[in-house]
Amino acid sequence: MVRPTRVSNRIRALRFEHGEMTQAELARLLGVTRQTVIAIEKGRYSPTLETAFQIARVFGVPLDDVFQYPDDPNTPDDPDDSDDPHAP
Amino acid sequence: MAFEEKRTWVFALVTLAGYLVYLAVVLGRAGSGPVDEAPYVAAMLWTIAAMVVVTVLAYLVIVAASGGERELTDQRDREIERFGTHVGQGMLVLGAVGALVLAMLEVAHFWIANALFLGFVLTSLLESVAKLVAYRRGFQPW
Repeated sequence: MVRPTRVSNRIRALRFEHGEMTQAELARLLGVTRQTVIAIEKGRYSPTLETAFQIARVFGVPLDDVFQYPDDPNTPDDPDDSDDPHAP
Repeated sequence: MAFEEKRTWVFALVTLAGYLVYLAVVLGRAGSGPVDEAPYVAAMLWTIAAMVVVTVLAYLVIVAASGGERELTDQRDREIERFGTHVGQGMLVLGAVGALVLAMLEVAHFWIANALFLGFVLTSLLESVAKLVAYRRGFQPW
């Protein structure tokens, strides 16, 4: 369960772009503890999808401006390119 | 440090200290005689009661020291709590099975009661360690 995540985020940068919002202020807006905001920022905790959307909404940006997931060269970008015979 | 993390530290330390005191009392009472003839029931009950009281008092102190922070517990704490319980469950079963085997072997009640008590203590400690690792090193529920 305690394993590194490949998800990275720009929360710290977004906080500074939004009037140097403090971690405590962001925590208050999300209804979580400041320690949870710190853990998310440092990639030590992956929030639920709902919290992820709430963070994006606080900053007024799309979800993938907040969280990023690195491209995997083994994963096809387009499902039509796959060899799956059941694919449409 | 998160409120629940502080609480976990307190719980772990109180559990460990309480059990060590209990062991010292019971072994002291046994003296040079057989351990399983030492009076243990009162010591065990007092230890459990003391652990509960100290944990509750420590909880109240931590709440008071949190300075009126609005959110003390959140989704991450609840997920870590569930994770700790999941990790500790195996030890709880092991303690119960150990006590069951001792009962089938018809050993003295002393050993059955103490196997169960040790099982509870180890379960609590394992749960606490798992939670503290999750708080310190990170926790990815997905």
